[in-house]
Amino acid sequence: MKQFAVLKKENLDAFISSLAQTQKVVAPVSLGYKNFSFQNVTSAKDIAIRYIPTILPPKKYFLPTGETLAAYDKGKNSLNAVLEYEKMVIFGVHTCDLAGIQCLNMVFSDKPKDINYIVRKNKIAIIGLECNEYCDEYASCHVVNNHLPNGGYDLFFTDLGDTFVVHINTMLGDELVDKAGVLKAADDQTLKSLELLRAKKQEIFKNEVNVRHDALKLLFNRHALQSKVWDELDKRCLACGNCTNVCPTCYCFDIIDESNLDLNSGLRYRRWDSCQSEPFAKVAGNENFRQERGQRQRHRYLRKFRYPVDKYSRYFCTGCGRCSRTCMADISLKETINDLAREIK
Amino acid sequence: MKSIELKESEYIVMPAKIIEARLMTANEKYFKISLDGGFSLDHEPGQFVMVSLLGIGEAPISVSSSPTKRSYFELVVRNVGRVTNALHQLKAGDVLGIRGPFGRGFPVQVLEGNDLLFVAGGLGIVPLRSLINFVIDNRRDFGKAHILLGCKKPEDFLFADEIKNWEERMDVNFSCTVDKADPDWQGNIGLITSLIPGIDLHPKKTFAIVVGPPIMYKFVLVEILKKEIPENQIYVSLERHMKCGIGKCGHCQIAQYYCCKDGPVFSYDQIKANPEAL
Repeated sequence: MKQFAVLKKENLDAFISSLAQTQKVVAPVSLGYKNFSFQNVTSAKDIAIRYIPTILPPKKYFLPTGETLAAYDKGKNSLNAVLEYEKMVIFGVHTCDLAGIQCLNMVFSDKPKDINYIVRKNKIAIIGLECNEYCDEYASCHVVNNHLPNGGYDLFFTDLGDTFVVHINTMLGDELVDKAGVLKAADDQTLKSLELLRAKKQEIFKNEVNVRHDALKLLFNRHALQSKVWDELDKRCLACGNCTNVCPTCYCFDIIDESNLDLNSGLRYRRWDSCQSEPFAKVAGNENFRQERGQRQRHRYLRKFRYPVDKYSRYFCTGCGRCSRTCMADISLKETINDLAREIK
Repeated sequence: MKSIELKESEYIVMPAKIIEARLMTANEKYFKISLDGGFSLDHEPGQFVMVSLLGIGEAPISVSSSPTKRSYFELVVRNVGRVTNALHQLKAGDVLGIRGPFGRGFPVQVLEGNDLLFVAGGLGIVPLRSLINFVIDNRRDFGKAHILLGCKKPEDFLFADEIKNWEERMDVNFSCTVDKADPDWQGNIGLITSLIPGIDLHPKKTFAIVVGPPIMYKFVLVEILKKEIPENQIYVSLERHMKCGIGKCGHCQIAQYYCCKDGPVFSYDQIKANPEAL
């Protein structure tokens, strides 16, 4: 298996069309000013090669917004577990979102395994796409080490001007390359250009906050629980849940029964839920263990920077910047981190 | 999108039948349940199950019976939400689905040989009863057993017959109290915290197991710590909202713990530092 291949940009359409002939292909598509979304595509013309993080991350294909877990029939007193999946290729996944998928993989393969997630994930081929520069000022991918690829893809595209250099990471990726028949083996010159680009990126991508990667988790130690920063967020947060919906590593869900019109059969399905909503942690009898918005914001941050560090040895913030970009109250992840850092100094 | 039936899934329920159901108070209903096919639930004291009603949904409910009863298990359900309301409509012979048992129960092996101080407030007796009856069924394997029970009013006491038995047994020290009562109530009146100072115990070899509403923990734990029982010998069982029961959905999270998987039983030293726990 060759490691690197080259695709001329004029052949991208042939590559995408060849994939789309046999399976669903999704890629970032422009929806207007600074709005992008992963959508079905059949040709390269549909694709926005230069894009800032999409409104929803590709998590929507791994953990759909709504998903049937079981079908029931009251008359027969039966509940049959159901799996929904679709074979597809996701093209153009940035390194932040590749990291997000890696985080979700850890959670759902943690025992007891979530079979629905795992089967679905294995039907999806992932083609990454490198960011040669920052998407916008909201991103903080460097501090969480996601500005460079760290695996988690079948193929990885890097834009070198007239061509893409393609890292072939898996047999599945190799098959996609073979089938398309429009890629050539990369020569030394191309690999040299890739090296130069990565070196240049080291100049472009700098720590976006006043804390280094390793020290980031220290901001979220026991003292952070009492920080005034959360009081400030308590005043500003609208508890709309936008931040958790767009987060590539938020996976909380609700399970709901929905009856068919015959009032006999129906579906048990799960849908995304948000720890930012007021009733999320409320128990019957109305005791609420995270009553205040500040407590819920603190919970969200701890779920990115502390709990997963202890459990999975990695940050669950991918640096994509979506939470800050989408926040109606202008709560900024970078600012929150800097404010916490200032308190400690 | 393809849809196929799964033979294996964490969301498959075990079919079960109610063999006895009766109201215990105006709001709490008792259910005796057996799994179809004669299977035993095989739970540990302190674990819970997800009770599934088709078309209504699921709710986490503590198992109240001791695993020494193998042919059935018991639940006590307060009518407070959508699922529990629907459960209250059910009677003997009706069917439901069960997932579980889930979670980490009381550490029975750790408790063996030691003296035990049980403190239950209100509905806390429901999960704690699974351990109390386990201890009574294996009485010589444990040291002294003190049971303290508290309720708002005399008519709120559940399992009156069993309580009477605990009261009469010579191998159990039992006392109870109510917050408020009519003049014809002959027992203690006052908060459950008032019963703790008078207990004669050996702190080094005593484990305290406390189950009750959140407000009770704050005060009871202070009294128990005054008795110098070490923090890692105090266990609590915490109630949280739950949807999946398998440590994924996020609703029950308490700091780094998933209550459904790492709990619902925690030792005090595990959770004391977290402001959201108690």
